[in-house]
Amino acid sequence: MISQIVSAVGVVIAGVFVCALYYWLSDKALQLAFPVPEDNVRAASVNLNRRAVVRPWLFLGPALILLVVYLVYPVIATFILSFYDRSGGNFVGLANYRWAIQDGQFRQSIFNNILWLAVVPAACTFFGLVIAVLTDRIWWGNIAKSLIFMPMAISFVGASVIWKFIYEYRGGNGAQIGLLNAIVEAFGGQPQVWISLPFWNNFFLMIILIWIQTGFAMVILSAALRGIPEETIEAAVIDGANGWQIFWKIMVPQIWGTIAVVWTTITILVLKVFDIVLTMTNGQWNTMVLANLMFDWMFRGGGDSGRSAVIALVIMAAVTPIMIWNIRQANKEMGGH
Amino acid sequence: MAGVILKDIRKAYGQVKVLHGIDLDIAQGEFVVFVGPSGCGKSTLLRMISGLESITGGEMFIDGKLVNDVPPSRRGIAMVFQSYALYPHYTVYDNMAFGMRIARESKEEIDRRVRAAAEILQLTPYLDRLPKALSGGQRQRVAIGRAICRNPKVFLFDEPLSNLDAALRVATRIEIAKLKEQMPDTTMIYVTHDQVEAMTLADRIVVLSAGRIEQVGPPLELYERPKNLFVARFIGSPAMNIIPATITSAGEETTVSLKGGKAVHVPVPTNPSENGKAASFGVRPEDLVVAKGDDYLFEGRISIVEALGEVTLLYVEGLAGHEPIIAKIPGILEVKKGDMMRFSADSRKLHLFDTEGKTYRI
Repeated sequence: MISQIVSAVGVVIAGVFVCALYYWLSDKALQLAFPVPEDNVRAASVNLNRRAVVRPWLFLGPALILLVVYLVYPVIATFILSFYDRSGGNFVGLANYRWAIQDGQFRQSIFNNILWLAVVPAACTFFGLVIAVLTDRIWWGNIAKSLIFMPMAISFVGASVIWKFIYEYRGGNGAQIGLLNAIVEAFGGQPQVWISLPFWNNFFLMIILIWIQTGFAMVILSAALRGIPEETIEAAVIDGANGWQIFWKIMVPQIWGTIAVVWTTITILVLKVFDIVLTMTNGQWNTMVLANLMFDWMFRGGGDSGRSAVIALVIMAAVTPIMIWNIRQANKEMGGH
Repeated sequence: MAGVILKDIRKAYGQVKVLHGIDLDIAQGEFVVFVGPSGCGKSTLLRMISGLESITGGEMFIDGKLVNDVPPSRRGIAMVFQSYALYPHYTVYDNMAFGMRIARESKEEIDRRVRAAAEILQLTPYLDRLPKALSGGQRQRVAIGRAICRNPKVFLFDEPLSNLDAALRVATRIEIAKLKEQMPDTTMIYVTHDQVEAMTLADRIVVLSAGRIEQVGPPLELYERPKNLFVARFIGSPAMNIIPATITSAGEETTVSLKGGKAVHVPVPTNPSENGKAASFGVRPEDLVVAKGDDYLFEGRISIVEALGEVTLLYVEGLAGHEPIIAKIPGILEVKKGDMMRFSADSRKLHLFDTEGKTYRI
């Protein structure tokens, strides 16, 4: 244990040192390559300019190389793989794409993903906003916020395990240990196998992500709400607006940019949703989503890198435009109005 | 009748008392200015009139109606905030129309009133702009326009010029004065810490200090006949010089001995029983003149000369252990630091306050 801590600390220190050394050495090399002679002002200014042009690339270099190796290369490789067969050895043209369009499970996944997209970002943002507004006015607001934020700290798999117990169904005559079934029985209802109820089981899975992400939305929106000048609300009170009108006509428009960022951030997360579905149902009972389908084709039943690559590209194509818009919006928010 | 009447108005936050019983009658069409140092409660009082702050005790009437529990929008008031408080996501037009839309006025009526207000405030070319595309002065005019559109009986201004630069402040001040002329029946209540704004705009000034009214009156009355030391020092710039004194001869007219021994005759009556008591003697810097000959009020060495062109401020070290006496002499003076000078003043311009700070003048 001790030796592991020591070696970990050592690696961290060495890493920082190596980075510092890289910057120092590369800058030294730059100075040698473009010397600044003291007696020749012209040459000195030309070389100083050259240094300024080269230096950012030099310093960014390692990061750029890592990005290319770990992000750009896989994207290109995936794109190429999507035109090859399951082993990645034989070129099959658009066959994998043709398969995807006709495959029932792929369509099911697209439909489910759209369902997730329609429900989860909206629900998280809505609940986050409502909770942020309500908790702002009560003395135990901060305690409530901490509790609601806490699921953020749980991994998706961990959260799924927790919710598995909530949706748990016991066959036969044994007592129901699932919270939901216990409640249903308490009200005299019949216990259900919740996660295999077609169509509705999608929503039971979505609730898990909403439970996790509402805290995120709440924290960001709560900060945005505090940024609204108090006077604009007082002016609206004098203008005769009621609480509902103040919320919708004065507060929400002023934090619209932040709402959009929260919404799109969760949208991107939803497009990639995987762990919850894998843990809860593994896509059975019509709950399949794209990320899980991709995983299935890649690693189960011998693997099919071609079809899996097609699904990966579809996810990327869906995420990219939202991501770009999200980053622009976030930059705009931070740059001020 | 659309006046504002405050009867023993009190405000407390828990145990902390902010206002200790304010009694004030404001007539319809009057322009009243609340002044006072920071934390005196002037803004709190204004916010209580607006309804944004609750009233802890006492009664408030607007237009003859008890409004203690009436919400802000139904009090017939409009408020202009220091920070403008414009709705940033609405255009100038929509900012002014917001209140009327909430009140479900007809489109034509909204349009008529917004355009009329924009005309008065020269905002017509900017109606389609967002507040962020306006200058500070224009924003404040929009805020005033929004208030006009509410067609209020009482206009409330909470330090409306504090966020503007000096030149714009003067210009906007004049605009507010003009606005008042155009709306002679509208009552206006204006909070400021700037006494120039108070003196130039007010029909009556209310001087507040530590949650109490010190004096209410027309600007020049406050200047010429301050009721107490606080008002004497608060109104006028630089502040009135106060010198500790002892009453040596009370009566129809009083003689006092200033700290340092100089005897001064003040045409203010005092009760014979006051003989020998301590008092505060006051004279405004601008009432001091350079004395010729031996008839002088006090003499001292000049420690600082501030030549402003139109006036020269002289800081005179005359009394040991006392802050310097300031004299404000018109024009440019050939005076050097270190000169000994004598000053006198018209005896009618002298002030005398008792140990509690109350004036002896009737």
